[in-house]
Amino acid sequence: MKVEARPMEETEKGLKRGADIFVESLVEQGVDTIFGYPGGAVLPIYDALYRSNAPFDHVLCRHEQGLIHAAEGYARVTGKPGVVIATSGPGATNLITGITDAMMDSLPMVIFTGQVATRVIGTDAFQEADVIGLTTPITKYNYQVTSLKELPRVIKEAFHIATTGRKGPVVIDIPKNVSEEFASGTYDTTVRLPGYQPTTKPNPLQIRRLQEALSTAERPVLLAGAGVLFAEASEELRKFVKKYQLPVVTTLLGLGSFPGSDPLFLGMAGMHGTYTANMAIYECDLLINIGARFDDRLTGAVQHFAPKAKVAHIDIDPAEIGKNITTQIPVVADAKEALNALMKEEVKKKDHQDWLDHLQKKKAKYPLWYERSKESISPQWLIEQVYRISKGEAIVTTDVGQHQMWAAQFYTFDKPDKWVTSGGLGTMGFGFPAAIGAQLAKPDEMVVAIVGDGGFQMTIQELSVVKERNLPVKIIIVNNEALGMVRQWQEKFYEERYSESILQNPDFVKIAEGYGIKGYRVTKEEDVPALLEEVLYSDGPALIDCRVEKLECVYPMVAPGKGNHEMIGVTK
Amino acid sequence: MRRIITATVQNRSGVLNRITGMLSKRQFNIESITVGPSETEGVSKMTFVVDVSDDRKLEQLTKQLNKQIDVLKVSDITDKAMVARELALIKVGSNVQTQPEIQGIITPFRASIIDVSKDSVIVQVTGKPEKIDALIELLRPYGIKELSRTGVTAFLRGQQPKVIHEANTLLI
Ligand SMILES: Cc1cc2nc3c(=O)[nH]c(=O)nc-3n(C[C@H](O)[C@H](O)[C@H](O)COP(=O)(O)OP(=O)(O)OC[C@H]3O[C@@H](n4cnc5c(N)ncnc54)[C@H](O)[C@@H]3O)c2cc1C
Ligand SMILES: Cc1ncc(C[n+]2csc(CCOP(=O)(O)OP(=O)(O)O)c2C)c(N)n1
Repeated sequence: MKVEARPMEETEKGLKRGADIFVESLVEQGVDTIFGYPGGAVLPIYDALYRSNAPFDHVLCRHEQGLIHAAEGYARVTGKPGVVIATSGPGATNLITGITDAMMDSLPMVIFTGQVATRVIGTDAFQEADVIGLTTPITKYNYQVTSLKELPRVIKEAFHIATTGRKGPVVIDIPKNVSEEFASGTYDTTVRLPGYQPTTKPNPLQIRRLQEALSTAERPVLLAGAGVLFAEASEELRKFVKKYQLPVVTTLLGLGSFPGSDPLFLGMAGMHGTYTANMAIYECDLLINIGARFDDRLTGAVQHFAPKAKVAHIDIDPAEIGKNITTQIPVVADAKEALNALMKEEVKKKDHQDWLDHLQKKKAKYPLWYERSKESISPQWLIEQVYRISKGEAIVTTDVGQHQMWAAQFYTFDKPDKWVTSGGLGTMGFGFPAAIGAQLAKPDEMVVAIVGDGGFQMTIQELSVVKERNLPVKIIIVNNEALGMVRQWQEKFYEERYSESILQNPDFVKIAEGYGIKGYRVTKEEDVPALLEEVLYSDGPALIDCRVEKLECVYPMVAPGKGNHEMIGVTK
Repeated sequence: MRRIITATVQNRSGVLNRITGMLSKRQFNIESITVGPSETEGVSKMTFVVDVSDDRKLEQLTKQLNKQIDVLKVSDITDKAMVARELALIKVGSNVQTQPEIQGIITPFRASIIDVSKDSVIVQVTGKPEKIDALIELLRPYGIKELSRTGVTAFLRGQQPKVIHEANTLLI
């Protein structure tokens, strides 16, 4: 809803409240969208929003978890900070999962929480929660504003911290009396962060060492992570890779940093990556990691990860280098700056055509595979249809589970910032609200939320938002009537004891209709293409309940504790 | 291995909580932490004594500390010429007979008795941690009723020799 201007007495008198200064500060930061939910401690802020004619859009989600995931979706596709407002106590605690998710995946976020008045902080006042204590381990930084004169500076600092270096969430806790107070005079807004100076320029010595390693490598591999996307360095990456003909693998969050349909792309690596990507890492003699944090889902058992390789790691966060994998060539830098530095000088590269041929043969021999279902819909095939019919142009968001892995495997991402998923925390309930945020940020793009029947129900209430705003988000439920990923692990590692993983679901079509949204159910493959053609290109929101093969598993797979070269389910 | 790490930090509210929270979340084994104001207003000095398993863990520790927004500088001073000091208060059981004995024990440690009552004395001692350990052992037979140690605070010496002979890790 657009916030309308309506002047009030104080503002007529030229007196500003803390909340007005808050609004002004957001305008100054260029905020265009706020995801929020009102409550007692933020009433002054909501009143200021109501009175202000600031040019931003306030999005009222239906649960604070929904709004923070929506803000994450917004941040992921724009690179701009997601801005969130919640009230004190339960409002703030409802954000915890989303803040942790943003921290894990380094998403820029500025989160405002209301707080009880400073004079009662610490007395277990009504709706008091220790927001600073709760959020310290899950934020890049946090502030409690104890006096109004700090507020403008704190907001400025918070946006700076959230959006620079390794991005991340910053929480600002604002006691009610601070936002209610009348401002006097002007305030000092000088940012003072002497301990915060992220390194973005690479050390020339390490760049030279990396160039030398590249010049002698016989089996080089480039691993691209989300850091490439954060640095907006896809174009530089593509040039670098083309120049030296490097085979490329990505992490789950690095998908789209390099064109998925390029012949040099070998697929995602890791637990559910392609066999070729994992074997390329296993066999390579030089691994150049750009902006991936060597997560355990990527590495598998670390003693078998890139065992023959010299490892170079380009990362903006020095603490990530050498954390999980021993690294010979550390480059602390922004990915774009590092790639530019690497390309400044011509490196005479040893011929490695044999290696490329070897990998191409593997790629052809061990493609991703699945068996077509006879009765119902194959989930992998379903994703391929979504890819085909959306012409690979959609912004795809997912929830967490099997459908997420199938989307990663079978939707090919050729462009950056089209893939929105919860990687590090693996938060069920993320996918659908994230699609709302992505659609608000990119109103003209096709946004498809691929969700499981389990996770969708964790934030299903946000259907209100897509209806209210007629957002053309398309929800595709990969409905296996199970917590599929859990069921798969129970099948493989707990002798098919399906403990609490089979679901009795509501009628999703009726639910959609109850919210005033078009709902469809599809049970046969033959009906899928026409329905997708119709729905994906329709105006307004829609939901499709796709009944897929219930016992399907995600393959290939690295079993827990195993090395990536020991993948199972590589072939039929 | 034991290391002494010092850090200067911006004295903002919550900074101690943020740092100790990070250390416990990342499973660093901290033996002691001391914090106090430094020569610069608004800047505090922290000294950590940590027990780390290997160099990688040590590197992680300094990097994770450095990453904190309020941290200005981190130094591992273990292998440098330095002074490390701790203060301890020790309440020891005593009576008229044993009190002179206790005085005799503590004198070589340049410790002092700062409180006397009918059945106990409070001994104050400062020095390297292992000196304090030694004094505690000597006082133990008299019955230690209460003990409080501040943890180590440490400084680089003004002059750094080319080769360090002192094995600091043994001292702390
Ligand atoms: C069910 C499930 C299965 C999964 N399976 C897999 C799998 O098979 N394979 C897989 O890879 N992942 C998998 N994941 C995801 C995994 O948990 C991690 O989230 C993922 O591997 C992290 O990818 P990343 O390191 O590229 O991104 P991030 O975690 O976002 O890390 C980004 C890195 O880039 C750095 N960086 C940030 N900005 C810059 C910059 N400007 N310049 C340079 N560097 C920068 C950061 O410091 C960080 O080190 C799975 C997750 C789930 C939920
Ligand atoms: C909030 C949360 N709770 C529990 C889990 C553990 N978990 C991971 S995948 C999964 C099953 C998801 O089921 P569904 O949403 O139906 O997707 P599917 O795997 O069937 O595609 C569960 C329970 C989680 N990741 N997040």
